[in-house]
Amino acid sequence: MTTAGFENWAGNVSEIGPMYPFVGSEVLLLIIGVVTWIGWHIWQSSNETRTYEEEKKRGKR
Amino acid sequence: MDNEITALTTIFTEFYYWLTVMIMFLIHIGFCTYEVGTSRHKNMMHTLMKNTMLIPLVTVTFFYFGWWIYFAYPNGPGINALFGGDGSIVSAPWAEPWGTLMGPTMNDPDGWARINGVFWAAFLLFSWTAASIVSGSVIERIRSSAFWICAVLIGSVFWIIDASWGWHADGWMVRQLGYHDAYASGVIHAIAGGFALGILIVLGPRIGKFRPDGTARDIPPSDPWKQVIGLFLIYTGFWGFYVACNVPIWDVQSGDGVFFSATNIYLAPTTLSAITVNFLMSLSGGLLMGYMCSRGDAFWTYSGGLAGIIAASAGNDLYHPIQALLIGAAGVWIMYKMHYWVERTFKIDDAVGAVAVHGYAGFFGVVIAGFVLWGYPSSPDPSFAAVTPWGQFIGALIMFGLLGFLPGWVTALILQGFGVLRIPKEIEIQGLDFATIEDNEQLEKDLAKAERAEA
Repeated sequence: MTTAGFENWAGNVSEIGPMYPFVGSEVLLLIIGVVTWIGWHIWQSSNETRTYEEEKKRGKR
Repeated sequence: MDNEITALTTIFTEFYYWLTVMIMFLIHIGFCTYEVGTSRHKNMMHTLMKNTMLIPLVTVTFFYFGWWIYFAYPNGPGINALFGGDGSIVSAPWAEPWGTLMGPTMNDPDGWARINGVFWAAFLLFSWTAASIVSGSVIERIRSSAFWICAVLIGSVFWIIDASWGWHADGWMVRQLGYHDAYASGVIHAIAGGFALGILIVLGPRIGKFRPDGTARDIPPSDPWKQVIGLFLIYTGFWGFYVACNVPIWDVQSGDGVFFSATNIYLAPTTLSAITVNFLMSLSGGLLMGYMCSRGDAFWTYSGGLAGIIAASAGNDLYHPIQALLIGAAGVWIMYKMHYWVERTFKIDDAVGAVAVHGYAGFFGVVIAGFVLWGYPSSPDPSFAAVTPWGQFIGALIMFGLLGFLPGWVTALILQGFGVLRIPKEIEIQGLDFATIEDNEQLEKDLAKAERAEA
């Protein structure tokens, strides 16, 4: 079992291209990355609204 | 040094490590700042001095014996023999404290004269880091004398044993378990977090930390701004740490031809570019998740950034940047939940969350690398074991548990047995700086009186 695109560091190192695991999954990773980025904005905005509503209910300090 | 290329490479390497040492100083400004910010006003100066004095103590002991341990113990000693290999103590004359190569030397046949000092210094800054990690968790109630003994043990003994075993090109953990931990998730962070936890269990919480019903109180910091700036400085110094974990230039081609590259500590290829992007992406994953978990609390968001880097550090030489981002985020979620679960369940008072940020995130970082880097060669030597989930898990247990938690716990028990672990209750309540604060107030009164008399 290996997640690498190469077997070992022996031989001609210049022939090793990408070193990261799961070469070929770049587009999937990009989709996941973009979804988590946008998802964070959505979560943060709704959390912010919720926080303001809670603060308003607690009244003026 | 008798031809330009060799001389240039040697002096470049010397300068490279020197620069990392200078950058890593920022980690320690950061630790001092954030610990002082976390402590209450009545304990600030003692907290500062407790962290400051680990610097000379770890420095001298790292010179006296720490450096030698790194080179002498990659085989255990004895452990590698259990796997049928050489279990002997390795001869390391350049690291013997009485040896000439520990002083300024112009030249030597093996090339240590130029590199020994800067390499020692880079490792020394890692040693300070291991001790500083422990320092924050035990503030406001540990005796400075007790902490400084602990600092020497974690900084110049236990972390350097773990480095010899798992952060050395010939370490038995690399050879036999395929242990991979390029930027020290386990080797520095998990072990220091484990060591801190061992001490905390014996030391006990600060007075007032837990209510009679067992729920925890948040103890407000003296200065949240200092906490955050301190963590930001640690991020900055961490750049030096990452770069110091690499070898800048090495011929990585086995067999015919040459191919020069930067390498990790195991002399396997990586690039400075790779670790630069992965550092930033794992920091970002940590910040985003830290913000989410804590609902925007500044301390936990910044701590999350740091924990994110730590969670991805074991494999940041090889991960794809988006993998580093996701691993950083996942590590922070786990460490945040674990911190509060351990606090609630076991009544552990970790003043700065060091056990979580370093210990749990570091442990996670080592383990996750076993899955994401499954099957990767751990070394340029093809006879070494490959990276596996079980090898990494055993490695994480060794780092956090065997070399971290156990020595911390035993040391604390011994110190407690002699009655020298914790400050007296009366001192804790009035504050470690009480005498200084009182003296200063008296001085100000005297000065005011003198000014009025002379006016």
